[in-house]
Amino acid sequence: MPPKPVTLSGVHFMNGDEAVAEGAIAAGCTFFAAYPITPQSEIAERMARRLPQIGGMFIQMEDELAAMAAVVGAAWGGVKAMTATSGPGFSLMMENLGLAIMTETPCVLANVQRGAPSTGLPTLVGQGDMMQARWGSHGHYEIIALAPASPQEAFDLTVKAFALSERFRVPVLVMTDEVVGHMYERVEIPEEVPIAPRRKPQVPPEEFLPYKPDEDLVPPMACAGEGYRIHVTGLTHDERGYPAMDAEAHDRLVRRLVEKILRYREEYTFWEEVGLEDAEVAIVSYGISARVAHGAMELARKKGLKVGLLRLITCWPFPDEIVRKVAEKVAGLVVVEINLGQIAREVERVACGRAPVVGVYHAGGRIHTPEEVLSGIEEVLKDAG
Amino acid sequence: MPGKPKEKAAPEFVPARHPMEKYLRTERLPHIWCAGCGLGTALSCFLFALDELGWDLDSVAVVSGIGCAGRVAGYVRLDSYHTTHGRALPFATGLKLAKPDLHVVVFSGDGDLFAIGGNHFIHAARRNIDMTVICVNNFNYGMTGGQLGPTTPLEARCTTAPYGNFEPPFNLVYLAASAGATYVARWTTLHARRLQHAMVEALSRKGFTFVEVISPCPTNYGRRNRLGEGLDEMRYYAEHAVIRHGADPKEADIVPGKDFLIGKFVDMEKLTYLEMYRAKVAQLKGKR
Repeated sequence: MPPKPVTLSGVHFMNGDEAVAEGAIAAGCTFFAAYPITPQSEIAERMARRLPQIGGMFIQMEDELAAMAAVVGAAWGGVKAMTATSGPGFSLMMENLGLAIMTETPCVLANVQRGAPSTGLPTLVGQGDMMQARWGSHGHYEIIALAPASPQEAFDLTVKAFALSERFRVPVLVMTDEVVGHMYERVEIPEEVPIAPRRKPQVPPEEFLPYKPDEDLVPPMACAGEGYRIHVTGLTHDERGYPAMDAEAHDRLVRRLVEKILRYREEYTFWEEVGLEDAEVAIVSYGISARVAHGAMELARKKGLKVGLLRLITCWPFPDEIVRKVAEKVAGLVVVEINLGQIAREVERVACGRAPVVGVYHAGGRIHTPEEVLSGIEEVLKDAG
Repeated sequence: MPGKPKEKAAPEFVPARHPMEKYLRTERLPHIWCAGCGLGTALSCFLFALDELGWDLDSVAVVSGIGCAGRVAGYVRLDSYHTTHGRALPFATGLKLAKPDLHVVVFSGDGDLFAIGGNHFIHAARRNIDMTVICVNNFNYGMTGGQLGPTTPLEARCTTAPYGNFEPPFNLVYLAASAGATYVARWTTLHARRLQHAMVEALSRKGFTFVEVISPCPTNYGRRNRLGEGLDEMRYYAEHAVIRHGADPKEADIVPGKDFLIGKFVDMEKLTYLEMYRAKVAQLKGKR
């Protein structure tokens, strides 16, 4: 068999999990640590094959706690690092996700969502981790979460996730799901993918303050062995990186960690609008559910109903402005998701009574049918009078 | 004695400079450790060991978990990482694999490394990740007020074992040896020079090397078990620690009131994780 090329380009037929792996490799990821879990295994398996080919490092850790910890450690070793998991493993990763947030460690975590709580439906789809993605770790923080709706987007958003994680020094979540993960489609890989640089110190070690942010609130990062000899701690810390055990230091730090993300929403807020120009009803959805919603929209249009679709690509921080603008001009909103109403809470919060919100929910195990979504559309039209 | 104690003027206290000050973040001193605690001694031995090795300090990284021993990372003037409870080893694994030229040292306590982090310990040892683990074993959770830990001896009292511990403890020497550590030694904080020497050996060997440091915790474990001051615990070590190099790790149990073994138990060579990974990659390239 001829050797596989080191980096892929051109058109490929692959599933969403494989596309996440290839996206990571294209983005310059050279370290992947994970623990096997359905329906993520294809990501780990692809990385186990591919990383040794390109001089990278794959390690299967003893659990997801360790996988996430190893990713944070590897990022401090100077590389682009990633892990991938599904619901139960995602819960175990929350501890060290918090460490990554607090220590401002760039890294990427993909969650191929399945039916939950607990072991739930390991082989079947779910979108029930959306709130865990937002609030799953301890404390108050902001994190970026992107939701792909196709293998192509799984590739593209994984590339984006690496760039954003370096830009903001924050873990970025790729919130995919079992159907996108296992769905085979055409994936076009560009000849060249720009590698996002890591922001390095501009001063000599003796002048360097590891947690003194630049003007945009993000500090440059000195990695291990680069001569800066810095201290990094999950404790609340000052600009020197030293523990600072008081309320003022804590408030200052946590506010900066939040503000460095929120101030730059336009850099990472991605969405897609279809047929919203004349819409009386807007469907708000994301990931695989948005594809079903698209079909439902077409069904509704055939019936003469003016329905549009707002597909959220960035789910966290929640795109308040985008949703608000849509809520202002429609008579009703329909939220479609494979849980019993998580993102819908955000839509209701932002719509704030401007338009009624009807949720079309399913707890997991399958995707919606367009007909179910259509009945939600008819319901909201009735509500709206 | 009856009567009022004689008033004495407090002598002016001028702290001596630490001989290994160049390795310390002196601006962070005084440290948080209690009087009589063994952590200062363990840290000093480590710094003397580093000095003896003469390594480029930019090539050394210290990773700690959480707890009293976990604070070591905050005091060394090196690239140092104070991570999450129990996760120092997987963090260090990622760090080492991402930057193989780094000398990675994990400095943490018995609770961090063997209770919450126990699973990570056996797997890091099994994989033979090239790093040195220094475990300061004080038989309880000192920082949180003296709770029961995985090395607390039977019948010892802790805040969460108020009637005496009835859980059998780990023998860390045996555990490390069984899990695959290539170097295993145990010393007490009384045996400072020997401890330093063991650290030099552990640091200079390749593979997963382990040094257990038996340490007093007079504020919590010592007080609750009527062991006296730190100095009294030193006397206890002098009377009960028996040096026996090459002893069977199985026999290294620690039972209060009985002699216990210290020394070097394991010292061998085997391929590290990275060596095996590189061999596999070379094999892969050869096939092409």
